Amino acid sequence: MSATLARPQQALTAIPLQCASCGRPHEAAPAHVCPVCLGPLEPAYDPDRPLPDRTEISARPRSLWRYREWLPFVGRPVRCLNAGWTPLIDAPRLASALGVSRCLVKHDAGSFPSLSFKDRVVASALNAAHAFDLPVVGCASTGNLANALAAAAAREGLQAWIFIPYDLEPAKVAATAIFGPRLVRVRGTYDDVNRLCAQVADRFGWGIVNVNLRAYYGEGSKTAGFEIAEQLGWRLPDAVVTPMAGGSLVTKLAKAFGEFLDARLVHGVTPRLYGAQAEGCAPIVRLVERGDDALIPVKPNTIAKSLAIGNPADGRSAAQLIRSSGGWAAAVTDPEIVEGIRLLAETTGIFGETAAGVTVAAARALAQSGKLSGDDEVVLCITGNGLKTTDAVSGAIDVPEPIAPRLSEFAAIVQTHHQSTPT
Amino acid sequence: MPTLNLPSVLTPLANGQHTIDATGQTVGEALDDVVRRFPSLSPRLRDQHGAPYPFVTIYLNDEDIRFIGGFEAPVQPNDELSVVPAVAGG
Repeated sequence: MSATLARPQQALTAIPLQCASCGRPHEAAPAHVCPVCLGPLEPAYDPDRPLPDRTEISARPRSLWRYREWLPFVGRPVRCLNAGWTPLIDAPRLASALGVSRCLVKHDAGSFPSLSFKDRVVASALNAAHAFDLPVVGCASTGNLANALAAAAAREGLQAWIFIPYDLEPAKVAATAIFGPRLVRVRGTYDDVNRLCAQVADRFGWGIVNVNLRAYYGEGSKTAGFEIAEQLGWRLPDAVVTPMAGGSLVTKLAKAFGEFLDARLVHGVTPRLYGAQAEGCAPIVRLVERGDDALIPVKPNTIAKSLAIGNPADGRSAAQLIRSSGGWAAAVTDPEIVEGIRLLAETTGIFGETAAGVTVAAARALAQSGKLSGDDEVVLCITGNGLKTTDAVSGAIDVPEPIAPRLSEFAAIVQTHHQSTPT
Repeated sequence: MPTLNLPSVLTPLANGQHTIDATGQTVGEALDDVVRRFPSLSPRLRDQHGAPYPFVTIYLNDEDIRFIGGFEAPVQPNDELSVVPAVAGG
């Protein structure tokens, strides 16, 4: 769990940007598109900025801000000070089931405050909104970002406009609406919601965290990678398996591992990166498999709604990084997703959402196909909580008939259990 | 007459207009018509090979044109074309 951080008084500033495609510099701004080539903007860090060593980082409060020199701000953060620092949990029974040497779970399903890794990106985005003095924030979301932004905006007293597909899981709708944002349900897919939000950001000038604050927002995902390295004792694992929706998390993990290698906080090579998607929405997996550079969008059809992005903005970058790391990608069916959720639960005590089922099932498929080796130490990124998607597993769970409160009825159950359990 | 909606980042190349009337029977013809009047837009809408950029999506009404024939997709008089830069996942 994260520790309480004293709230500093001084404001912070956002760092300048540059185009990830053509390299042209851009001033610090709530902008996400290069005006010259329309490529995505990304933060331009000062390569000569002072960086902390392991001792200094270790002495800081346990939140994602202990890595603040690698986040896109100058000065100390003022919002979402408790986000990050989720556990990295050893999972020997899951390792045995997968057939790998060691398996660890990065447990963002327990993230504060909204039980998904989106608390990380929202922490970064809301500090950017502060730096740009944007009183209204918003997002397009498949659910977890909606939860995270609504919770953080409520805490910070910000007005939030949150756009979601109309058919989102009820728990994710409730876990957004409870915080009192302006919730907009859109008749369409996430990709439709995304398009609308891009136009809203353009028209209204609000801080839409994954649109015009995207350059600052995405950097928050790096902190999962920093934490993995530090929690392993300042070293990197052999392999990391992560779910893919827009593809950003893969790219940010690769960036995080590279930045810690550059800073000599860890040694060795970047872990092999493995991406996981549902068969019903696997444009990045198919791109990795084909080996070309042309992402083909799809119409999503899967129970893994948090990954249902048919036109992933970072898909090409994710596929390139996966291949160059020596990793691979796998897509799994909806029944395999449910089985993955169950396997994670039964071997680790962690109830992950459908994206977690995708990750675990993909890891198993990758191990069975030899893409993951029996000697590998593997980290699985479990990015969201199963309590948000209980409807996905309800049909696969045996709920027993009730009994009368009589010992004889319970004894009959025990006898049946003994008869059906192999000795 | 179909219309083309531009994001703010491109409006300086179109005399500040967010929405431009276009003529043509297909998406490609409509874009060509706009580019004839605003040549600076040309390299922003298509790459040097005439293909759409990977980080830009063009919609015909509510549909990504890649699902309906790309630049060959037919357009009707009341159709809206929109140029939308990529957005991160959520």
